[in-house]
Formats: sequence, C-alpha cells, structure tokens
Amino acid sequence: MRVHAVSEQAVQVEFGRDIDEALIPVIARAVEAIRAELGAVVIDLIPSYTTLLCFYDYNQVDSQWMVREIARILSAIDTDESGSIAIDGRLVEIPVWYDLSVGYDLDALAQQKSLTIAEIVQLHSARDYQVFAIGFNPGFGFLGALDDRLVTPRHSTPRRRVPQGSVGIADAQTAVYPMASPGGWNIIGRTPRVMFDSSGLAGQAALLNVGDRVRFVPISRSEFIERGGQLDD
Amino acid sequence: MTELVVLQPGWQSTIQDAGRSGYFRQGLSEGGALDEHAFRWANKLLNNEPNAACIEILLGKFEAEFKANAVIAITGADMEASINGEVLRNWRTHSVQQGDVIRFGQARSGLRTYLGIAGGWQTPRQFGSRTVVMREKLGGLDGGPLKQGDRLAFQPRNSPALRVVPEALRPDYQAPLTVYVMPGYQYEQFSVIARRTFETAEYIVSNDISRMGYKLTGPPVSADTRKLASEGIAYGAIQIPPDGQPIILLKDRQTIGGYPKIGCVASLDCARLSQRSPGSPIRFEFTDVDRVQAERRLFDRFFNHSYWVDDSRQIAWP
Repeated sequence: MRVHAVSEQAVQVEFGRDIDEALIPVIARAVEAIRAELGAVVIDLIPSYTTLLCFYDYNQVDSQWMVREIARILSAIDTDESGSIAIDGRLVEIPVWYDLSVGYDLDALAQQKSLTIAEIVQLHSARDYQVFAIGFNPGFGFLGALDDRLVTPRHSTPRRRVPQGSVGIADAQTAVYPMASPGGWNIIGRTPRVMFDSSGLAGQAALLNVGDRVRFVPISRSEFIERGGQLDD
Repeated sequence: MTELVVLQPGWQSTIQDAGRSGYFRQGLSEGGALDEHAFRWANKLLNNEPNAACIEILLGKFEAEFKANAVIAITGADMEASINGEVLRNWRTHSVQQGDVIRFGQARSGLRTYLGIAGGWQTPRQFGSRTVVMREKLGGLDGGPLKQGDRLAFQPRNSPALRVVPEALRPDYQAPLTVYVMPGYQYEQFSVIARRTFETAEYIVSNDISRMGYKLTGPPVSADTRKLASEGIAYGAIQIPPDGQPIILLKDRQTIGGYPKIGCVASLDCARLSQRSPGSPIRFEFTDVDRVQAERRLFDRFFNHSYWVDDSRQIAWP
C-alpha cells in the first residue's frame, strides 16, 4: 500500500497493482473510515479498481498532513479483524430485457462464441457482479467479472449512440449505460431501471456505488414496457 | 427579476460558476470556469459571492440585449466588447441601461472572456451548481451552451460603482507559459530520459483542445506501463496516451481513466493554460506540492479577503 500526493488538491492511495476482487471491500472500508475521521477536510473520494483518490480542502490542511493521516487510518483497517473484511455493499437487482431488438450484438456474439442466445442470457444473469468503479459517464458502473465464456473485446469503432439503459459487455466487464452516449461495448439487452437521476434534487443520483453487488434479472418484453422501458423508434 | 436575451451565442458560450463539488464518486465531472483567475476577478469587481455564475465566452461573437439596467464586469480574453457600438474596456465594471445591446468581437489575446453581472446569472442549480457540463447535459438552461433567444435572469441594479482591476494584476495571455508540474501518479514509471525530455523540451498547444483537456504536441515521452487499471483523475493530470503526446486534463474531464500520468499541472497554471490558443509554446517545470499549495492558498486568500477601498479603484488586504 502506498499513499502519495498527486496534486495540491488530492492524495492517492494505491492498494495494489493488479485488479483483484478482494481489494473492493478493503477500498470500500477505507472510503468509510476516511469519511468518518477526516470528513471535515475531505471534499470527495474516487474509489477505483486498485486505488482511492482523495480530494481535500488545502486551505485547512497541507499535503503532508493528509498523507500521514490517511496512512494512519489505513494501517488501522489493515490490522483489523485478522485481515478479513466482510463485504457490506448492497445487492442491487437490475431487470434486463435480453432481446435482439435492443441487444444489437446478441446475434454476433452468439455466433462468435458458439453459444445460443439463451445460454448468453443464462451466463450473464447467473452470477453476482462487483461494482469496481464509477466513471466514464455519471452513474456508469464498471462491473465484473464476467464468465470467461462471455469475455469479448469492445468494438474497434464505437457506436455513435448507445441508448439509455443498454447493457453491454467489454473484455471481462459488464455495464449499463445510464444515459444515451457514444460507446463501444457489445450490447446484449436493455434495462428499464433508472441508473442515474439527473434531476439533481437528490444527493445520491447514481443507483450504484463502488462496493455494491449487482444481479441482472431477465424480464419479458411486456415487463420491460410496464416498468417504463423505452423501445427504439 | 429581469432578463438578458441572447441574440447571438457565438462559438460556445456557457454558464459557469466554481463547478460541482462532491459528486466525483457518482461519476460527475466538476466543471466550472476554466480560467479561475479571470472568473474570480469578474465576481470580485462586482462584489458578488465568489461562486456567482458568469458567462464563459469562448473565442467571441456573443451578442445580447439587457431588458433592465445592470452592472456588469468583463474579464479574461480581450474580445473588443462594445455596448451600442461604444467600446467597453476589459477588466472593469460597466453600467448598462435597459435596451442596451452588448457585442463581443473576436478574441485578440486569450480564448475565454467572463461576462459577470451584479448578483450573478440566475439559472437553475443542478447538483449544487449552475455550471454547464455539455457531455453530461447538466447545468445552465438546458445542459448545453447558450442559444439564440435564450433568456438569462438577473436582478436589476442601478449602483454604478466603477471598479477596475489594477494594471499590474492583469495577465498577458500571449506571454510564453511555463507550468509547474507536481510529479505523482506514474512518474516513477517514466525513465530518467523521458522525464528530462518532458522538462526541457518545448511543447505546443494543438488544435485538439476543449473544456475536457488540452492536447500538446512535442517530443514524445512514454511510460514503461502502457495501460493500467482506471483510477481517479485529479485536476491538471498529465495523461500520456500511446502516441506519447501529453494531454492536460481540465474541468470537464471524466472522473477516471487508465492512461499513465507523469504528474499534475498546478491548478492556477491550468487557468493560465486555458487562455492559450493553438500554436502557443508551453514548458513544464517539476516542483513540489508544498510550493504549489502555498501559491494556491495565497490566491484563495487574496480573493476571499481583499476588499475595495474609498474610490473603489484600490484593493486592500485585511
């Protein structure tokens, strides 16, 4: 573990070099502990795969103080409960209509992987995923890890517009597009669930947080429409 | 409440305040005025709260009509502003009358002008800020730049206090710029030669610049690692993509990314950089965080605690 200043506004913690599911609960715990102890000076935290970036008020404390305090807090977590940290993230269920009309890459993927569409749906919805990071767009959660049989590189040329709610896979990860945007992930279905509430009224606008677990639940066309899902024009 | 009616939006004019704070975790960019120096002066001139929204005008050609009397301030790039054809000087306040039409020409020096108004532009807040982040369709009137016919609310004012930014405190946006860089992130993974090249060579601002980031061109530098697990990106982070050409990430940057970073540019130097147009020379100089922090604290203290005295043309510290 390494704590170092990256700018006059932020300090970074590196928990490891390689992506590892076991780091997620450790980073989630670090976020909680830093918030609890340094809440008065911490402005924001960006947890990601192997790192945590901590923004603080440089008018109150300096860089060396932050590095020292964060290192102290982390060492307390490290030795806690003989190193075993329970996963306390929520389980979020995301209903998905897996269909050729909204899952633009389902057919190609099935052929490429020698799987039936039903098998792809089964493999994608069979396991719980971890939220490794939030980024790319507001509320966009990077989820992993996929079953090896579904691992596929992203398109070399991204689509100009991927509709809101599209569920995609890229490499060993899967994600939902919270809003329409350009994107290169392989699209296999669509959710009616709102992933990001841009009304901006609530403080928590993103459905997912780093540390949460996600389960995809297959639904029918009628259920999709009933729950407010949007079809293509 | 009254309004400013946009007659010509120009190249790209957006509502900007100090940006969103506390939403990185949910994937939102901070946004906010790119040139914090000119932005803070616009509000200082008007005795506004430091975070009051201004219009950030890129390159010029903005035109609008005031539906009531107002006090405005113009700072940043010189775009030969005028009211009803009469020239308005930069870096000062002006009183305008109902029916006046303000016009901006083309930027002669610098890229961005701030048009502030006493009390600030009253657009709705989203996630605690009026700032427009176009990629996220958040802020302003509709999440985008201003359009012809848009109406911006403001509180009418008649107090014609004339304030001017002292000559010595106005920057020259055409001067060659050396920016301070704090080594961090993957600095250790760049070879001694790469770091030396980076610090001694001259880089040039490319045409590929936006509120998200500035791409520079010059001698390529590369890290031993080409790709890493995506990590949080601080303001001013210098990302080195595989082509070895540095990209300095600014206010509208995405919150996480996976390219190696050689360090971070000091926030106040990011503000200076944001006024540099394509073709401008830029040099990098490594320094330590403490020094940058001290300079930034002085900046904040100045804008938070200085005040206008007597004839309003002088500014003093407590």
